[in-house]
Amino acid sequence: MGNRIIAEVKDLKVHFEIKKSLSKDLFGSSKRNLKAVDGVSFQIKEGEILSLVGESGCGKTTTGKAVLGLVKPTEGKVFFSGEEIKSLDKGSMKQFRQKAQMIFQDPYQSINPREIIMDIVAEPLEVNRLVKSEEERTERVREALEQAGLVPAEDFFFRYPHELSGGQRQRVVIASAIIMKPDFIVADEPVSMLDASIRTEILNLMMDLRKHNRLAYLFITHDLSLAWLVSDRIAIMYLGRIMEIGGADEIIQRGLHPYTKALTSIMPVPGVRRKAGRKVLPGETPNPMDEIRGCKFSGRCPMAEPLCREQDPELAEISLGHCVACHFVQK
Amino acid sequence: MPLLEVKNLKTYFDTSSGEYKAVDGAGFELDYGEALGLVGESGCGKTTCALSIAKLLPKEGRVAGGEILMEGIDILKLSDDEIRAKRWKEVSIIFQGAMNALNPVMMVGDQIAEAIVLHEKVRREEALRRAGDLFELVEMPRKRIVNYPHEFSGGMKQRAMIAMALACNPKIVIGDEPTTALDVMVQAQILNLLEKLRHELNMGLILITHDLSILGETCDKIAVMYGGKVVETGTVKDIFEHTAHPYTERLISCFPNISKGKVIPEGIKGTPPNMFDPPAGCSFHPRCHMAKEVCRYMEPDAEKISEKHLSACHFFREVMNGE
Repeated sequence: MGNRIIAEVKDLKVHFEIKKSLSKDLFGSSKRNLKAVDGVSFQIKEGEILSLVGESGCGKTTTGKAVLGLVKPTEGKVFFSGEEIKSLDKGSMKQFRQKAQMIFQDPYQSINPREIIMDIVAEPLEVNRLVKSEEERTERVREALEQAGLVPAEDFFFRYPHELSGGQRQRVVIASAIIMKPDFIVADEPVSMLDASIRTEILNLMMDLRKHNRLAYLFITHDLSLAWLVSDRIAIMYLGRIMEIGGADEIIQRGLHPYTKALTSIMPVPGVRRKAGRKVLPGETPNPMDEIRGCKFSGRCPMAEPLCREQDPELAEISLGHCVACHFVQK
Repeated sequence: MPLLEVKNLKTYFDTSSGEYKAVDGAGFELDYGEALGLVGESGCGKTTCALSIAKLLPKEGRVAGGEILMEGIDILKLSDDEIRAKRWKEVSIIFQGAMNALNPVMMVGDQIAEAIVLHEKVRREEALRRAGDLFELVEMPRKRIVNYPHEFSGGMKQRAMIAMALACNPKIVIGDEPTTALDVMVQAQILNLLEKLRHELNMGLILITHDLSILGETCDKIAVMYGGKVVETGTVKDIFEHTAHPYTERLISCFPNISKGKVIPEGIKGTPPNMFDPPAGCSFHPRCHMAKEVCRYMEPDAEKISEKHLSACHFFREVMNGE
């Protein structure tokens, strides 16, 4: 891991305005905002893997998209290699688009079923006019496919996605991301559609790529044990906020936030039952459109006190690199 | 007599490209109040097993051999009418996509009442009252029976599906990936609920999943399926601590375990067998690191290791000794 900060977000907020229906317009109900991301900050260093973990609707995917400039922040700043992406000129923007890539969850939907693998993988090269000859194009595709573990690459050139298995498809997705030789990849649930046996192959591939190409990842997942397995650091998100962030082992073994503790307590472990100590929270994540006063987690928190419902706790550093947003931990 | 006994079940699908052997000699037992986890990769035949037991196979599918004994009666020999009378009362299934399984333009309570009225001669009012009772059983407020599916969250819809499955007091409930589409916390809630219900109602529960790691907390027994067969079956302790099949061993290693080191496991190389033309001998041999000559031509029988622990591997002793 290097010391150069590759990606950084500062107090990122992404709010979506919810379109009103005509009837609501007529009866004059007020405009509603969905605060998908509501004040998130973190840094990712060269070659580092940071996982964003949380339940559906916690804003992890939106954060990932904002880091790549795919959604516009409502407030806050996003930096890539030290430069704010909002202020990039056309040339630097093009550079940024190449250096930062995304891998999506579902390899059955994220690649065009009517194109052959060669064209799918070469597409980013063509969009950016990076190759001059047919030979160069073939060579680059071959290299990317081989790096993604599809060997011999020639066997895959002229096949269609439906001829491949789920794991092979995800490798194609990875090949078309790494063909741009990126420094940074946002991987949004890259293995959650895959069988466990294939999952580890894809994870190993991602780790190899980081080792050889010094790739940094923002790894988005709902699976805490997976996050622990692959990442250097973990950020736990809840309703658009980071509740706790720190080293992967630190979070799993010495997590401090009540939400983190609940999540780690129900982490499935392959083995004989381990009933004691499970903290299954009642209820479900509130609607992100509802305004919550105080700590966003207070409604489900087993420790919540009146203070929590009034004052929103800051994300404060407890020990080096380990930050928690909870009144009681900070006391 | 066990509640359910599946013996050498073979379920084939007739397709334009030939006979697809989705289940090819699977067997297991289930008792009252017991929970069995059926686990394996996609395409190993778990769901087809469940559909065979519930007699809900699509028309291309047929049971080509074996027996399914429910309290000693072979349900494969029953007529369609006899089956219809038994379904819901004997066996019910909770499917994976709870969100899609409910009728969006009908109140949830009515949908449950419909199932009750269809199977038992009761009036609608009585059925609705029972729907309310069922809602309370699955820990939802009674008054929500008048809501439509879109007013429910994913977890609540899954609870409603469980309520519906319990409508006619079945002896066996099959959950086909009942928590896969849900968030982790909701998944834990639903699994707790299923466990509570099976103890309270003394029903047999079959939990079908590809996620081996959730079974240790919810099941008594596990049957590991591969290539349409049950390759190993035993208590949770047998499977996890006295593993006797190389496939089980590799499958377990694929799941992150915080008590073990932080190393990404190798996974299982290769792909599951093509069930149009399964390999000769042991169907796992092309992917097995222990495979020897005998595995290529001779199919291993299920060997009894202890009372409930069986493994279909020529070298189960070596596996158990960690060789």
